[in-house]
Amino acid sequence: MAELQLKSLEKTYGNGFKAVHGINLEVKEGEFMVLVGPSGCAKSTTLRMIAGLETVTGGEIRIGDQVVNDLVPGKRGIAMVFQNYALYPHMKVRRNLSFGLRLKRQPKDQIEQSTQVVSNILEIEELLDRLPKQLSGGQAQRVALGRALIKEPDVFLFDEPLSNLDAKLRASMRVRITDLHKRLRSEGRPATVVYVTHDQVEAMTMGDRICVMKDGHIMQVADPATLYERPANAFVAGFIGMPEMNLVPAVLSSNGAARLTLAGQTIMAGPDLTARLQTADGPVTLGIRPQHLEVLEDGAAEAFSGTISNLEFMGHEVNVHARVGDATFVAVVPTERFDTTLQRGDKVGLRPIAARLHLFDPETGENVSLADQNS
Amino acid sequence: MVSYSELPNPAHNTGDAPTQLELKLRRKARINSALRYTVLAVIGLIMVYPLIWLVGASFKTNSEMFSSPGFWPSEPTVQGYIDGWKTSTPYTFGHFFLNSLWIIIPKTIGTAISCTLVAYGFARFDFPGKNILFATVIATLLLPNVVTRIPQYLLFRDIGWLDSFLPLWVPSAMAGDAFFVFMVIQFLRAIPRDMEEAARVDGATTLQTLIFIVVPMLMPALISVCLFQFMWTMNDFLGPLIYISSVEKYPVSLALKLSIDTTEAFAWNQILAMSVLALTPSLVVFFMAQKYFIEGISTGGVKG
Repeated sequence: MAELQLKSLEKTYGNGFKAVHGINLEVKEGEFMVLVGPSGCAKSTTLRMIAGLETVTGGEIRIGDQVVNDLVPGKRGIAMVFQNYALYPHMKVRRNLSFGLRLKRQPKDQIEQSTQVVSNILEIEELLDRLPKQLSGGQAQRVALGRALIKEPDVFLFDEPLSNLDAKLRASMRVRITDLHKRLRSEGRPATVVYVTHDQVEAMTMGDRICVMKDGHIMQVADPATLYERPANAFVAGFIGMPEMNLVPAVLSSNGAARLTLAGQTIMAGPDLTARLQTADGPVTLGIRPQHLEVLEDGAAEAFSGTISNLEFMGHEVNVHARVGDATFVAVVPTERFDTTLQRGDKVGLRPIAARLHLFDPETGENVSLADQNS
Repeated sequence: MVSYSELPNPAHNTGDAPTQLELKLRRKARINSALRYTVLAVIGLIMVYPLIWLVGASFKTNSEMFSSPGFWPSEPTVQGYIDGWKTSTPYTFGHFFLNSLWIIIPKTIGTAISCTLVAYGFARFDFPGKNILFATVIATLLLPNVVTRIPQYLLFRDIGWLDSFLPLWVPSAMAGDAFFVFMVIQFLRAIPRDMEEAARVDGATTLQTLIFIVVPMLMPALISVCLFQFMWTMNDFLGPLIYISSVEKYPVSLALKLSIDTTEAFAWNQILAMSVLALTPSLVVFFMAQKYFIEGISTGGVKG
């Protein structure tokens, strides 16, 4: 096992398109790092560069203390799990698992033993003599996982391994992979993992740390809680969390205490926000998660007055969509606390919980309300 | 028009007798398909009749052949096969079959190997001049064979390959058949690269990836290539006619013509008997590999 370092890593394609803009990332030994972002954010390209399947056009990749930029994939000490499993269709599961070891000319009994150990861990012993086309999606993905595991690599690379599975199976595979990672750690051979996904649920539940990417830039690298509580910018704030954080243009005016004005309505934001502020008065982007927006009676103190435009009943909670001027807020209310008399067109008060309010620079998108703690 | 399958399924309304309209429609559909199959069968028979006649006539005597039009011999005899096999030359027909084999085997194997290598290069790697080279390959596909006959002949004459099998198979074994290269490329393009990337991550070199991963996946296409090459070479008449001058080296296609040339009165039953034999290898090979063959050409064609 080894740590992985990306230093000013760049990727420019032959046609001049720059996909990765000098990113720096350090994945510690035994860490589970998730690369997440919308499609086209170059997360897969980054992973493929680490794997050696794409050439590096700038910067360097280090695995352990070795620069691997110019090494072929097989010499980098990595193993990769692909989105569509990429099992060799003409080989039985047993040979799929052992292909890498056979190429290395390991002794036969050793290969046999490794195959047994790995198939035991992943519960695929009874599949060893099947062909890939005789496997279900979940089984195929476990075999693909086994093919990576058997090599005992320094770094595991996962390229959206669960996105071809149905929702139920995805959840169980998620647990299986994190369990496996913990198990290897407790057995004293921690696995360094880089896991690419576009699914924030996977990212939040699996990652020790998460690297949020956009357009070939890293937006923030942090553990899931920090990412959720203290997003570094509006992009991360909007990307992480379900439903999305409300991001609404507003005007900040501080006269001793911070006030926010939106559609002609002004509320006091409370001393907590005032203390955190890092910006001068003027236009800002107000950010508040739907879970942190209280739905009150119209006219409640320090609340925006809005009109309900839609109600979505989700079972355990209700999503309340309300318009304040031109802006639309979404608030999530637990079903048991939801006032069932509310209807579309009713007026309600929307009060952001001050401690959970974020303000972002409307130009740069940077979070300007993080001052009190070290970000 | 209502097709048969769209009609109400009697299984669903058991007990209810079909209405007049249903019966009428069903009868109409049945007549329709009967008509279609009859037309198909008749046309099919017309097309295949010469072949059936060929097989039947090979068991006839020479005199019966032109006296009765039917394909069934009145006095079946294998004399045509026996005489035909002996030929009018010092060699038996078996010798000519072997000659054909000595051309076909290196040509087929060479084609499969060389086409795979070239196609793999074009389909999977970027190299300077790739587009121009690929355009050249496609251009040779469009070039009529006849155009290159004379320059090729002069070339092989200068190398000293005349009256040997070499001019017949060496160009193909060097991926000279652009059609096959193109076919394999199209097939390869339809195969996702992930398996090859997985193999590279597993530590395989480019050649190992090709041999252990790509070639097994290419099998249907390669079988089609071999099959085509086999049949076309077996049937090739012009190539051997140009390059091979001594009877000792004649392949089957020339040997068949031989029996027409040398005898004063044509022994048609011998010629037909040997024609049947000459057809057999192609047919046997085709039916053996039919499953892969169809998979090979259809996948290459549709997805490419």
